[in-house]
Order: sequence, then C-alpha cells, then structure tokens
Amino acid sequence: MNFLPIHPPWSGRHIPRTLYVCVIAAVILFVFSCPSAMAARIGEISETNIGDQVYRFFTLQDPSVRYTIAGCILLGTCCGMLGSFIVVRKMALMGDALSHAVLPGVALGFLWTMEKNPLYIFVGATIAGLIGTATVSAIKRTTRLKEDTALGIVLASFYAVGICLLTYIQHLPTGNKSGIDKFLFGQAAAMGREDLILMAVVCVICLVMVYLFYKELLALSFDTAFARSLGLNVDLLHHMLMLLLSFAVVISLKAVGVVLVSAMLITPAATAYLLTERLSRMIGIAIVVGMVSGIAGAFFSFLGNNLPTGPFIVLAASLFFVGAFLFAPKHGVILRWWRTLNRRKRTIRENMLKSIYHVLEQRGFDAEGVSTRELAEQRRETVEDVEGTLRELNSHSLITRHEDGNITIFTPDGWQRAATIVRNHRLWELYLTNEASIAADHVHDDAEIIEHVLGEETVMELQKRLDYANLDPHGKHIPTREDIEQRGRHQKPGTLTSGYGGQV
Amino acid sequence: MDVQYVFIEPWTTEFSNTIWIYLMGFFVASACGLVGNYLILRRMALVGDAISHSVLPGLAVAFLLSHSRQTWTMFLGAMLAGIVTTLLIEVIHSKSRVKQDAAIGIAFSSLFAIGVILISVFASKVDLDQECVLYGEIEYVASDLPVLIGSTVIGPAAVVRMAGVLLGTVILIVLFYKELLVSSFDKGLALSLGVNSTVVHYALMATLSIVVVSAFESVGAILVIAMLIIPGATAYLLTDRLPTMMVITVIHSALSALMGIHLARWWSNSATAGAMVVSASILFALAWVFSPRHGLIRRYLKVKVLTPEPESI
Repeated sequence: MNFLPIHPPWSGRHIPRTLYVCVIAAVILFVFSCPSAMAARIGEISETNIGDQVYRFFTLQDPSVRYTIAGCILLGTCCGMLGSFIVVRKMALMGDALSHAVLPGVALGFLWTMEKNPLYIFVGATIAGLIGTATVSAIKRTTRLKEDTALGIVLASFYAVGICLLTYIQHLPTGNKSGIDKFLFGQAAAMGREDLILMAVVCVICLVMVYLFYKELLALSFDTAFARSLGLNVDLLHHMLMLLLSFAVVISLKAVGVVLVSAMLITPAATAYLLTERLSRMIGIAIVVGMVSGIAGAFFSFLGNNLPTGPFIVLAASLFFVGAFLFAPKHGVILRWWRTLNRRKRTIRENMLKSIYHVLEQRGFDAEGVSTRELAEQRRETVEDVEGTLRELNSHSLITRHEDGNITIFTPDGWQRAATIVRNHRLWELYLTNEASIAADHVHDDAEIIEHVLGEETVMELQKRLDYANLDPHGKHIPTREDIEQRGRHQKPGTLTSGYGGQV
Repeated sequence: MDVQYVFIEPWTTEFSNTIWIYLMGFFVASACGLVGNYLILRRMALVGDAISHSVLPGLAVAFLLSHSRQTWTMFLGAMLAGIVTTLLIEVIHSKSRVKQDAAIGIAFSSLFAIGVILISVFASKVDLDQECVLYGEIEYVASDLPVLIGSTVIGPAAVVRMAGVLLGTVILIVLFYKELLVSSFDKGLALSLGVNSTVVHYALMATLSIVVVSAFESVGAILVIAMLIIPGATAYLLTDRLPTMMVITVIHSALSALMGIHLARWWSNSATAGAMVVSASILFALAWVFSPRHGLIRRYLKVKVLTPEPESI
C-alpha cells in the first residue's frame, strides 16, 4: 500500500492542531485524576431542587457528573470524526447496521467471562461488527441486492442473534448479568472508570489513525476510482474505516444505546455538512457538535432524575441539525429562500427597465419619457401591475416619475442598468446563433434567462469572440460600453461617432 | 438434544399454545414480507427500519391523548407517525444537500428519541414498555384476551387483529397491483398512465405503519424489521417475477415461523421472535448459496466456464 504525504485535517489554517491535542489531553487527565471512590450515581440522586442540580452539574463536584461529561466529550469526538466520513460517502446507515450488528458480540463477550468486563465486550463487539460489515460487502458484491437491502439483512439477522443470546443470558442461573440490557437504551451515568479508560484509548487510536491516513481517507471518500488509480488499497482502507467505526459504535453503546448510536454518527456530521465545504472543517464542526450535544444531553438527563441519557443527546444533536438546516449561511433553507426571493424581485425590476429601453428604442430615442400605458402595452400587463413595479424602481432610484406618475424617465443609474441588460440579451442571442448554430428565432427564451446573470468578464469574453459586432441576429443595435456609460445623457445609442445627439 | 421437548411436545401437549404462536409469526412475517417486497424493489428497505422505530412517539402520543389502548387510536397514531417520518425524510433530503440515507438516520433517531423521552417522562401514565417494543413477547400471544363471535371463541385478539391486517394488506395489493407495479419500476411510465406516484408512495408508507404497529406489540421491532426485508430479499434472489416473488415470500414466512418455534425451544427457551428471524436468515443464506440463477455456486461455476483453463506450455 502506498502512502500519500501526510496532510492532517488540523494542518494549515483550518482548525489548530493544538485544539485537538489540548482537548484530548485534558479529557485524559480529567479521567485519570478522578477520585476512584464511587459517589452516588446520577440515577440514585433523589432531591429534586433544579437550582441545586444545575449547581451540582456545573461545579463538577460529583465524580459521576465528571465521568459522564468526560464520556460524552470522548464519544462526541470519536463519532463526529468517523461519522463525517460515512456521511460524505453516502453510507450513513452503515452506522445503524453496525450498531445493531455488534449486539451478538456484546453478548458473547459477556458469556466469555460471565462478567461485564468492558475489554472482553469490546473485543467481542468489534469482531461482530467486522463480520457484519464484511457480510454487507459480500452480499453487495455477489448478489443483485442493493446496499440498503444488504444493510437491512445484516442489521436484522445479527440483532436477532444478539437478542436470542441476551435472553439466553437472562435465563442463566449464574453470573452478574444485571445491566447487560443497558446496552439497548444506554445510561451514561452507568459508565464506570474502566469504561472511560477504554473510551479514551479508543478515541486516541481513532484520532491517530485518521491523522495518519487523512489523505487516503479523503481520496476514498470523494473519488474511489481516483484513490484506486493512486495505487491505494481501497478495500483495505474501507475495512480500516469500518474497524474504526465499530470501535466508535462499541464505546458509544453504553452511553446512548444500540438504537441511537447511529444518530451520534449521522446527525453531527450532517449538521457540519450543511455548514462547510471542506472535509477537514466538517470533521472539526462535527466533533464540536457531538461534544456539545453530549454535554447537553447529560445535563438534561441529570436534571430530570433517572431519565435515559441517549435520547436527550440525540435530541440535542437534532436541534443543532434543525438550526443548521434553517440558518446555515450557504445551504440553509431560510437564507436560500431569501436569496431566491431577492433574485426574483431583481429579475422583475430588470425586465421593466428593459421594457422602458425597448419603448424608447422603438421611438428612435426621440423622447426621454415613457408613459405607463405604453409600458403596459409593451409588457402585455395591466396598468396596475406596471404601476407597482415602477414604484419599486422609483424607490431604488432607477427612474424618476413625472406628471402625476404618468411619465417615467431613467435616472443615470437606471439607464446604465437597462442598457446593460439589453446588451447582455442581444450579445447572448448573437453568440447562440453564431457559435452554437441555433436558429435566430429560438434564442430569445434562453437569453431572457441568462441576461440577468452574465458578469462583466463573461460579457467582455463574448464581445471579443464575436469581434465586437454591434448588430444582434434580429438586426437590432447592441449597446456598447460607450452607450452604457453615457449615464442618461440619452445620446442615441450607436450614433456616438456621428455626433448626433438625441437630447430633447 | 431433547427431541421429545423440541419437536413433539409443541404439537401435542402444548398444541393450543403453539398454534397461536405459529399463526401469529406467520401472519406478521407474511404481512411484513408482502409490503417489504415493494420496499426492496423501490430501494427503500431502510425506510421500513426507520418507520418501525419512529411509530413509537406516535403510539405514545395516541395513548396520552386518548388514555386507552384501543386498536384504532393506536393505528391512527402509528399512521400519522409513519407519514410524518416519510415527510421529514423527504423535506430534509429535498431541501438541503443532505443525502437520503443520512436524512433517514436523522428522522428516525430524533423521533425515536422523542418517543423514549415521552414514555420515560409519563411512565406512570403510559402503559407501554420500551423493551417490549424491541423484543416483543410472542410467547404470550395465546394468553391474549379471546375474541368471541356469539359464544364461539375465534382466537386471541392479537392474532385475530393481525389476520385482519394481513387480509387488508392482501386486498390492497390486489386492488392496486398495477399502480404499485408501475410506480415501483418506472416512475415515468406511471406518470404517463396517470398514476400518481406520490400518492402511491404515501399510501404504501401508511400501510407499512399499520402493519408495523399491529405486529409491534406482540412480536417487537426486530421481527418487524427483519420480516420487512429478509423474505423479500430471499425471494428476489430466486425469481425475476413479482407474483412469484410474493408467493415465495409467503412460503418463506411460513417456514421461518415454524423453524423459529423449534429453534427457540432447542436453544433453551430464548426469544421466539428472535429465533424466527434467525431461521429466516438461515433460509436467506441458503438461497444466497444455492439459488439456481443468482446463487454463489452458480456464480462460481459461471466464472469457471467463462474463464478457460490456461493452456499448458
């Protein structure tokens, strides 16, 4: 396997590497400095004073609160980072399938020693997860079943085996089996010191692996064929990612439970996906969202005594997603809707300016005023509609209105905009007829759309390609730069050199 | 292995119990399997998974509002939850650049989380057990309240209700066979034939929710998810025709319910619903290996025929 030069996500100007190192170091210190004496677990707290609870949560005086917060931070880091890869690879539900598929491993790990040793359970669950992902790949490769069906089969059948084993365990006469069902729904407060140490170790392993193989994973995520052409062992990389993913799922099980682990992988990553275009930044945002929702979930579950932690963590993450869905600067629904609305309004204004230009042009630019009735006829709209748009133009100082609003005259800005739009329209028509060989009577509709979005640079390129032609396919004059820059002196366009002035 | 205990007793001394468990398993598996066929063909297998989780808040809300466990309120709650899930998935993936798979994950996990929270907060008022929702207790189906017509006992309520749902599903599929067929295979053709694919889609999701919720209480989510996917997938490996696929689905359901009962007994009384899924998976694995047209063996032989032995030099 070839290695690409290391280019970790935290290099360069994105997220400072030190941030990651600090966070992880802090968490590890935090875990190991925790007094090992076990205070009351969250579930056993009985007083109900909310103020007290809030105080106790934020002063971190209970070891259980410290454990929970440390666990949620580690979990958010691990899941956010790995979730980003599966979300961009459109394999988000792999997390769902994996979280169910590890269940038989959990049960077997328990049966191995007959006690809840996190390490054995971890090993068993990881092996089960790997067998699960391998089965998904095998079904996809050798049958005509699609990915979703393959995931569903593995999810359901592995989970069923797990349930059978769990009920078998519950029927066993011996063994400390209490709490094995915590894996189904999760209770962050039930995490012990060993669980946390395991989480920290796994989290560090995942961070190091992603750090070392960032470039390879990037290539795999966005362009598998490209990755293969670089000589990367794509299958090996895929299975490595799946191994890390199984790790993340297994350490999350105890805190959020089987059903909701997939949300920890998907939701923070999808939130980040709406907020940025770069994978490195996406990973950073996903980690932060994962951590914050973890802490928020722990907080709410601490407030209301004995409520399960997992659902609250998931709900907090979902709220972040809703926020990003609505308000993300580039992909948010509200801003996108606002931009569309503005564009539509601008198009209406520009079309009206164009119509004023057309009316003036039909009259040979002999007068500078245009009546509302003329415009209504030109646009085939009612006088009221035209009136409304004209008021809008007036408020943007593109036109001035005279004689009780019956006569409309361009301001210099308005003239410039109108001439620009007409130029764009006619240039594009000419371009389509000359360069794309489209019949002259078919080009109008296309130009009608493109005229509003052509930039100055494109226009210059078009003019150059068309040899600065000044007549469009219908024989009309294309406004030149000089025509546009007259700024309302209403020189008759195209006659500047002849010295003829069209002023009234 | 105790042959007497595993194979004989269920059908002799415990017959009155076993037959209802068997019928329940068969009804659930075939109703789910028939709807699941369409999910597999439409590449929406995991939407089934999503809906079977997200009916939970629907059930909880229906229960909190009506203070009863009447069948129709449950069905209404589940149907609404199913449609809300479908809508959420649709909105997330059409209005943002998040892909459908992630949208499914986000929608079902948030709804499921809401459901679990509702149940824990109103634990004293909601007579719903989240663990029962996951495992189900098909073993106790025979002890459900019997349904009477006049003075004749027809059977336990859960089984009778499931039979009704299966019957309803079959009737719907027969009535709308053409619409389901064209909208599953060719949206363009459906449009030109005047079939509204969107309506068919939402109707299918509503049916799915009803099947899921009626199966839920007695067999749990695992059996539902598994039976939505595994029988259809098995049939899909064995045939290319939809009617044949449906027949195979029903046969598969009957066999896996039967095997499940014995497997659970052999496996020292583990969850029967789980054992039925394991049996279904075994049948799937058999089809995967031995399918006459798409099986592994056939595939292996074909590859061998197509690549001739290298000539010895």
